[in-house]
Amino acid sequence: MSDALSTEFIGRQKAWLRPAHLTRFALIALGLAFLSFFLFLPLAAVFAEAARRGFPAYLAALSEPDATSAIKLTLFVAAIAVPINIVTGVAAAWAVARFRFFGRNLLVSLIDLPFSVSPVIAGLIYVLLFGAQGYFGPYLRSHGIQIIFAVPGIVLATIFVTFPFVARELIPHMESLGSAEEEAALTLGASPWKMFWTVSVPNVKWSLLYGVLLCNARAMGEFGAVAVVSGKIRGMTTTMPLHVEILYNEYNGPAAFAVASLLAALSLVTLGLKTLLEWRYADSLAARRKH
Amino acid sequence: MSSPLGALFGRKFATRWLIGLSAVSILAGSQISLAQSLLNVSYDPTRELYREINTAFTAQWTQKTGQALTIKQSHGGSGAQARAIIDGIDADVATLALAGDIDAIAERTTLLPKTWKTRLPENSAPYTSTIVFLVRKGNPKGIKDWGDLARPGVSVITPNPKTSGGARWNYLAAWAWAQNAYKDDKQVRAFIAALLGNVPVLDTGARGSTTTFAQRGLGDVLISWENEAFLVFDEFGKDNFEIVAPSLSILAEPSVALLDGNVDRKGTRAAAQAYLEFLYTPKAQAIIAKNHYRPRYPEHANPADIAILPKLSFVTVDRDFGGWTKAHKDHFADGGSFDQLYKPSR
Repeated sequence: MSDALSTEFIGRQKAWLRPAHLTRFALIALGLAFLSFFLFLPLAAVFAEAARRGFPAYLAALSEPDATSAIKLTLFVAAIAVPINIVTGVAAAWAVARFRFFGRNLLVSLIDLPFSVSPVIAGLIYVLLFGAQGYFGPYLRSHGIQIIFAVPGIVLATIFVTFPFVARELIPHMESLGSAEEEAALTLGASPWKMFWTVSVPNVKWSLLYGVLLCNARAMGEFGAVAVVSGKIRGMTTTMPLHVEILYNEYNGPAAFAVASLLAALSLVTLGLKTLLEWRYADSLAARRKH
Repeated sequence: MSSPLGALFGRKFATRWLIGLSAVSILAGSQISLAQSLLNVSYDPTRELYREINTAFTAQWTQKTGQALTIKQSHGGSGAQARAIIDGIDADVATLALAGDIDAIAERTTLLPKTWKTRLPENSAPYTSTIVFLVRKGNPKGIKDWGDLARPGVSVITPNPKTSGGARWNYLAAWAWAQNAYKDDKQVRAFIAALLGNVPVLDTGARGSTTTFAQRGLGDVLISWENEAFLVFDEFGKDNFEIVAPSLSILAEPSVALLDGNVDRKGTRAAAQAYLEFLYTPKAQAIIAKNHYRPRYPEHANPADIAILPKLSFVTVDRDFGGWTKAHKDHFADGGSFDQLYKPSR
């Protein structure tokens, strides 16, 4: 009996010790340790620092005029940049996925350009174009139009760095779907406009949503390009990421982390929204994927 | 189209969305273009000073003229801020760390005349400051004077003179001390090279260096604006740091100037001019001393604020370095002494 027990125990122990299991556990442990050290811990630290001086101080930091102006500006910039990138991103992706034309490969590379160019360069491009010493600066200035160191410059820089997200998500999806359904719609007498809204867009809505959420997260969080064109005028041209830096440099750690936690919360809401939609519409998502 | 998500992409929703968006943009647009407002583009450590000055001035201006006035601030490394003004930031006044940076604006643009320095009293510098050392409590490395900063094993924090005005004052103060101590140019250069060799990181602005030293705990000594050193006391307590006054330092004259080209376009000349003149009034001079700058007219300041500033002997840029144009060319321009002596690969 004791023999049986011990063999069973040894057998179980052997299962534990099987190299495949060991590797699996080691990899899971490594992955978790890495995630908690590089993702969860810093994120938790942001919220912990923000909460350190209590809730009233937290609210005060967020309702201070420069902070509310930074929050408004961030949302305002995202509200312009994201819709523009949806329209242009869908158009570019559709053109690339459905048609073969001269310069198509060039267009695909150009869509990726903002990913490969450093954000600082992206900002400097606009300073070079619209700055007082730039190509169009003197003309714009004489007509009273301020682009750099004002809101339009921030919007431009944000559109530039967030442009690829929508198109990049859509192109592979549209290409894998093929044009059969669209052609069927046209043959059955749908107008191109109707085909676009009832076939093309619903077919790729999940990739579109992905692209939009990523685009939005980046639009609100962009620092480098915006820092170059902003001029850091408090209460006017500071977005939330810039405001966080300014507060930190003024030894106002708790307020800096309060704004940072709000920024992080916005991204977490974005992420949560994505997960929720994925979960609620898992069936239709799976059905789509089968195509 | 029956699913809620389908509605998200429906035509009706898109139209509604567009209407909502344009309403948002009109709302935000109207908020951004507020009436009378000045923009003061300044250097890094003046944040606390101008916050107080602006409150005092706007109250006085509204009382005198009945006009509401807001003053917006932008802060950064002095050289970088001058660059932003050259590139077209809509500043009414420049309040930078050194005359050289305002000279650069006058050279590259038509925003203000090259003679700007003579338009306000005291070389257009309503306050001065100087360079001191901030060390950790008890001065564990025994730092007394500039010579100690070049000793092996001493870690020195100072910003990058290419981008920071404060760093240029630091550099010239060290240079002046070495010239006094060694007389021989070769020894002066060897001293500066050894000092720079002790610098682990060059931040772009004075505030970045202060954060590196005080908050991140790097380095044994911070070469710092005097006002910035006192600010560290206020923020982090006197229990952790000590100020060391070197035997020789430099009289730093942070300059202020009206940007004629911008104020005339915006129609803000009267308010901007009054703002700069306000800096010379007794009220402003007292605020200046309270923020640990050296007021031009110390008789208006609280005597306690003056008493805590260490007594120092000074060199000046105009007398000892032949003015900012020459100092810039000799030391900070491409190929100047800084480029020759700084070896970051070490």
